[in-house]
Amino acid sequence: MLKEEEAPAAEQRILVIPGEELGDNSYKPGTGTYLKGDRIFASLLGVKNVRSGYINVLPLSGRYMPRPGDSVIGIIKDVGPSSWIVNVNSPYPALMHVNDVPWKVEFGKTSQYLRAGDTILAKIGQVDETMRIQVTLKEPGLRRLDRGHITRITPSKVPRVIGKSGSMVSLIKEYTGCKVFVGQNGIIWMDGDSEGIAYASKCIDMIDRDAQMMGLTDRVRQFLIDKYGSEPRRREPEELDEEEWE
Amino acid sequence: MSLIGEDGKREDGRALDELRPIKIEVGVLHNADGSAYVEWGKNKVLAAVYGPKEMYNKYLQDPTGAVVQVNYNMAAFSVDDRVRPGPSRRSIEISKIIGEALERVIMREDFPRASIDVFIEVLEASAGTRCAGLTAASVAVADAGIPMRDLVASCAAGKADGHIILDLGKGEDNLGQADLPVGYVPGTGEITLLQMDGHMTREEFDSALKLAIGACEEIHDIQKRALKHRYAIHKGGEGQ
Repeated sequence: MLKEEEAPAAEQRILVIPGEELGDNSYKPGTGTYLKGDRIFASLLGVKNVRSGYINVLPLSGRYMPRPGDSVIGIIKDVGPSSWIVNVNSPYPALMHVNDVPWKVEFGKTSQYLRAGDTILAKIGQVDETMRIQVTLKEPGLRRLDRGHITRITPSKVPRVIGKSGSMVSLIKEYTGCKVFVGQNGIIWMDGDSEGIAYASKCIDMIDRDAQMMGLTDRVRQFLIDKYGSEPRRREPEELDEEEWE
Repeated sequence: MSLIGEDGKREDGRALDELRPIKIEVGVLHNADGSAYVEWGKNKVLAAVYGPKEMYNKYLQDPTGAVVQVNYNMAAFSVDDRVRPGPSRRSIEISKIIGEALERVIMREDFPRASIDVFIEVLEASAGTRCAGLTAASVAVADAGIPMRDLVASCAAGKADGHIILDLGKGEDNLGQADLPVGYVPGTGEITLLQMDGHMTREEFDSALKLAIGACEEIHDIQKRALKHRYAIHKGGEGQ
């Protein structure tokens, strides 16, 4: 649906600034926009994107705003008798109650399980309108991260690191042999040999810097081929440079 | 001493309604979430934005939206006489009015209980630093990815030697009859900053305000171009 309309905006990657007019009421205002009268204006600095009748602005910078269900990497900031305070890289601290961890924790024994400075792979639970955030570890795959390295990127560029249906991140995984997990909050966890980690974080820096460029996946692949000189073990997915910015 | 020459030109050769040259550069500081550097005639001003982030001074948190905290500071070496470091009556006032001018365009309601901190450092001052500071701060807030309804542009007009003039220089500011700094939101026509120092009649005030608003539209274009330029470099180029 609306294929013809989508094409030009996606191809040209139009940069808009706050206050710039984006369209009239034949569209609906999406993220990064606001409505004044019957016209839609940008509220963020970013790239204009038209999808299924909505005009969105995909930001180029800005802090992570937690949404329920996001997988994130958090760092324990403080330990209370029945909960932990977790830094999830947003303007607000998040709370993790003992009921939200997979262990049976006695009152006051919280620090036997997680201490300040520990890193966790968690999921955002509830977020209320005053931005009180809950996170949980009580789902398969969520856990404390005991090893590996952490790097950060601009949270709005996370979809680029992942790529279309995971193409970018699997490319990096294939060549470097590292485990990579990209948190929606812009914190990335990597584990593998030190050379692999060094190249993987180089790739991520490249994506952070050149996120709005076309053909980024090809450039990352070229970089990895230069370093490793071999073809990946797995067959590459098709149309790699067409990732969307969600 | 006369500020306006026989030929209708000013001390620095400008026409009565002419701005000093303005240059804006975006994203100059890596450790800030957003930043901008403005050269406006002989003024050199740096603005840095941090946040939205957790608001300390918890009792000042606002559950309905972010608090915008501005800190305007003149470097000790920014003028001929050394400026005594630290907040002064003047810098506290300017911080407050610039904060209020920015608050009107920032979508504060998106970030309850948070704070948005803006630091404006005047490296070199030559009249009109509050306007240069507000112009820089507004670009830096946009660069930080903070939602806002529009940019704020700012410029002063005033009166010297009996003439209404735009963008007062140092001599005109010190020896002229009036100074009228204006902060203006081009999209909505709102005025978010207005001060007056000196004396003007109602008619003079009206024409000075009109002149300043016209200049703000021009400055808004410079702000827009600076923001687009910053990201266009990456778009087409071979980022090293």
